[in-house]
Amino acid sequence: MALLEIENLVVEFQTATGPFRAVDGVSLKVDEGEVLAIVGESGSGKSVSMLAAMGLLPWTATVTADKLTFNGRDLLKMSSADRRKIIGKDIAMIFQEPIASLNPCFTVGFQIEEVLRIHMGLDRAARRKRAIELFEAVGIPDPTERLSHFPHQMSGGQCQRVMIAIALACNPKLLIADEPTTALDVTIQKQILDLLMKLQQEYRMGLIMITHNMGVVAETADRVIVQYKGRKIEEADVLSLFESPKSNYTRALLAALPENATGDRLPTISELFKDQQMLEGAAR
Amino acid sequence: MTHVLEARNLVRDYHIPGNLFRKARTVHALKGVSFTVDEGKTLAIVGESGCGKSTLGRIITLIDPATAGELLIDGRKVDIAREGLTPEMRRKVQIVFQNPYGSLNPRQKIGDILAEPLVINTKIPASERRDRAMTMLKKVGLEEKHYNRYPHMFSGGQRQRIAIARALMLNPKLLVLDEPVSALDLSVQAQVLNLLADLQDEFKLTYVFISHDLSVVRYIADDVMVMYYGEAVEYGSRDEVFSNPQHSYTKTLFAATPRADVASIKARLARKNAA
Repeated sequence: MALLEIENLVVEFQTATGPFRAVDGVSLKVDEGEVLAIVGESGSGKSVSMLAAMGLLPWTATVTADKLTFNGRDLLKMSSADRRKIIGKDIAMIFQEPIASLNPCFTVGFQIEEVLRIHMGLDRAARRKRAIELFEAVGIPDPTERLSHFPHQMSGGQCQRVMIAIALACNPKLLIADEPTTALDVTIQKQILDLLMKLQQEYRMGLIMITHNMGVVAETADRVIVQYKGRKIEEADVLSLFESPKSNYTRALLAALPENATGDRLPTISELFKDQQMLEGAAR
Repeated sequence: MTHVLEARNLVRDYHIPGNLFRKARTVHALKGVSFTVDEGKTLAIVGESGCGKSTLGRIITLIDPATAGELLIDGRKVDIAREGLTPEMRRKVQIVFQNPYGSLNPRQKIGDILAEPLVINTKIPASERRDRAMTMLKKVGLEEKHYNRYPHMFSGGQRQRIAIARALMLNPKLLVLDEPVSALDLSVQAQVLNLLADLQDEFKLTYVFISHDLSVVRYIADDVMVMYYGEAVEYGSRDEVFSNPQHSYTKTLFAATPRADVASIKARLARKNAA
């Protein structure tokens, strides 16, 4: 049984100019211990579909799906109280901006212990012990000292490690990483990706990697979904996607990578080509 | 032949004043950097955040003065700390910033944004300013109808085109590009890089390209300078630096860059299956 199963997910936002369809019929499955990458440009609905699965969208959004189950339980039909017991515990998420997603008013120790208090019901001493354990697991030096630091006292890479520690606090079955390394330097990006992959192997988690960086996809994913304007364009395992992309859009994306450049100009995707041929590709 | 840009041992210190809780201290952002760039060439400056690459960009663009060292533009020594900045020098150097959402005034129309450098630095009459702005708009791949629109009506890639157009209004010789494509999507990034290459050919522009993305640098640069904590740890032609990096930091940087080719995916999957 798949860990997370989504069929025909549609997300619409009510805007001043009428409804806007951000996600249009996306289906996906993630198994235990699998790394799925969702790639797409901004506006392709890759973050929105995951936020919908987490139930984190604002009230202006309407979410419909034929199927939205986690571990065999229907996420759409359960009450929000029940859902909150799963979100943050069994499904955890890491966001793009590590510094912005931590609360600046509380120490990082408080923020990680908050998760342990709410979801695990541990007492004070056990929480502290577990928090130190987690900080060690994500490679934060001097964890006991660090617990009493505020986010602004740490670098971006350290903050992202704290975010990962918070996400891992309750041993989630599924981890969703939304552009986890976009705001970081390449050397730090490498460390964070290596850490994520190591932890994913160790805990046998399902991992969904949302990214626009083809390099990150190549370095992490088992399976890849390419999205464009809210639709799924292509789904393939990572090797065949890079070796023999089926859709025109994926082919164009890969050709636009500067490292694949052959002449002195890069091939580009013109707007016209995008809208017509891409969607033909999607229909197939 | 004189170089378009020459830097000799540039140093920049920032003094952070002390207070009740903290002693005054000095941050050495640049510790003596030297390089030259010839006409029509591109020098890429690579490094991670805090290594001083943007500080260097600001000094070259004549926004901040250097604490010590010499900066020569077109063979002429420039010292804005002593002489101030003349409109003539401003016409030679322009900059394009990283974030196209932050670098355009949301309350100005595109036409006014493009004409503003002319208003400030030249005595060209309004009608000609308008003509020049129109021409430049078309040069960067936009249309005349965009002249009276506001920045919020454009996408990120189009905005970066506008920022490039504004930088080119004074016909500069030297353009400093501070991470011009890192905020853009992959396909848009390719378009903007192509535009920059076209403009370089047409106007014989000299670029100083600040970036942390090695794949972009490899594509666009003639020379590469790698910076680490305010020092240039590696400086040479692109092929030299990429094929035979000398400094350990450069090697770390190359090793950390994710690879999107089939061979490295195969290697990774093999490692994973073996584990």
